[in-house]
Amino acid sequence: MMLSLEGVTKTYRVGAFGTATLTAVDDVSLDLVPGEVVSLIGESGSGKTTLGRTVLGLLTPTRGRITLDGAPARPGKAYYRHVQGVFQDPFSCYNPVFKADRVIKMIKDEYFPGVAASEWEGRIEKSLKDVGLDPGQVLGRYPHQLSGGQLQRLLIARALLLDLRYLVADEITSMLDASTRIDVLNLLADLKSRGLGVLFVTHDLSLGNYISERAVVLYRGQVVESGPTAAVFGNPLHPYTIKLLSSVPRLTARWDGGDPAVPAVEVSAGPSTLVEEEPGHLVRRSGTTLTRSVS
Amino acid sequence: MTLRVDDLRVHYRTLRGEVKALDGVSFGVGDGEILGLAGESGCGKTTLGKSLIRMDGRMRLAGGTVSLDGAELPIGDDRRMNPFRFKRVSLIPQYSMSAMNPTRRIGRMITELLASRGESVDTAELERRLDLVELPRDILGRYPIELSGGMKQRMVMVISTLLDPSLLIADEITSALDVSTQKAVARTLVEFRDRGFVRSMIFITHDISLTYQIADTIMVMYAGRLAEKAPASVIVSEPRHPYTRMLISSLPEVGVRHAERRLSGIPGRPPALLDPPQGCRFRDRCPLAFDRCAEDPPPIEVAPGHHVACWKA
Repeated sequence: MMLSLEGVTKTYRVGAFGTATLTAVDDVSLDLVPGEVVSLIGESGSGKTTLGRTVLGLLTPTRGRITLDGAPARPGKAYYRHVQGVFQDPFSCYNPVFKADRVIKMIKDEYFPGVAASEWEGRIEKSLKDVGLDPGQVLGRYPHQLSGGQLQRLLIARALLLDLRYLVADEITSMLDASTRIDVLNLLADLKSRGLGVLFVTHDLSLGNYISERAVVLYRGQVVESGPTAAVFGNPLHPYTIKLLSSVPRLTARWDGGDPAVPAVEVSAGPSTLVEEEPGHLVRRSGTTLTRSVS
Repeated sequence: MTLRVDDLRVHYRTLRGEVKALDGVSFGVGDGEILGLAGESGCGKTTLGKSLIRMDGRMRLAGGTVSLDGAELPIGDDRRMNPFRFKRVSLIPQYSMSAMNPTRRIGRMITELLASRGESVDTAELERRLDLVELPRDILGRYPIELSGGMKQRMVMVISTLLDPSLLIADEITSALDVSTQKAVARTLVEFRDRGFVRSMIFITHDISLTYQIADTIMVMYAGRLAEKAPASVIVSEPRHPYTRMLISSLPEVGVRHAERRLSGIPGRPPALLDPPQGCRFRDRCPLAFDRCAEDPPPIEVAPGHHVACWKA
């Protein structure tokens, strides 16, 4: 079962009376397969969240299409059985006046009304165990009694109750502390090894590098570089990726050495295309530099 | 020593009792020193920053003294603190987006702000500093809404340091910024220190790798207390407190892949500070805990400038 995006473009009308258009996502094609984490990396305004939301059917693409197993993705129960999302702020995903496990009950009411209560309880227990939560510690609690990491896991457990194939994880760790962030990342990696496909949307390069097999770097709605994570991070070819990587604070080296000499990021005014520089490693080049060879 | 904090205790008043957010913290910040403050959320780092400039209505000074440039800083007294604010102690707020008056052009706002402190604008100096942070001079004629996030952050940095404060508190100022902007902002802070716009600085962030880039000394806090304080390179290369070690080993660095090395977090949560546990507060989550941890470990100096509050250090 493959989830694929073909030439997805999303434009918004902006300005007074919608006179101008803003292309948030520009012709993005991407395939997600089970058992693989693809990280979507970009700074604010790169269109990464818009793309994630489009995959979830929360936004309709202006052009292009999204297919699940060859069939066009239509937001609805059949689609959401297989594709679910988890978002940045776990605290606002819960209704504070209801107990946190109500999100699980909603799944039963919507998708599994016929399942017997005893069997359902077994399923809940299993899915909570899968995300590393102790059922006794989270069931029957209110959202404010749980930590951000627990709430985030509970949302993943909720998604796992369905026949989940793909998870869109949009900045799911940016509100968590360093000490719990890594546990949520490891959880995603465990679920991946059991066949889940994850679209990991993040601005944090080190997180994307840690868990993903493939990385896609977005700049102003366009894919500027994509490929196996080791290639994109180990041998970045697009000036924008090089600049991003040099800005990440590291514990192994100080910034003292000054910036590496990086050619200015070309804002693609003219036509540009993705060129395959290495097997599977695509880099955006403007028309004139198409023939540039890699040293 | 520019700033000296002794046994500072700050409590939050709540309906259920007093939350002991800062429970006996002592440290100093030297001339020209950038102190990075790190820790999980709820460790008291923001409370510490806030109590040095303005306590909000729920905060209460429960004990301890603070001195700045050798004179007492009356942090518990809102009125007596007023002459110090902006002139001697200044703050760069986290949300620069909402820090500027949206109805005033920036130039006029600065004039009014300085007038309220009995100062006047030194236009040449202001323009020199705008050039330094690479903001156009005509920015003074614009409204805050016309600036991008990074420009607003730089503008607020210039405004906060206009009167050359002795102490600048920068609380999570880069957490809402993109990595490339974050780097520029962090470097500007160092530049401000080098040029003497600020004498010393407390840089608060949850991101240890960012702190390491700019701070001279890093102080790690846990549950309202000091866990470890040492020169930045020592904290990163030879941390002695188990909490610091676990915090650093839980950071995914660029280059570390899950497939090759599985990092692990710190199990459990920090204790509730409404009724903090006796003894070492990290005991419940600590893999090295032993009988003696039921007693409070005092911060001891294990090497020059390296303080650790742990019996096993």
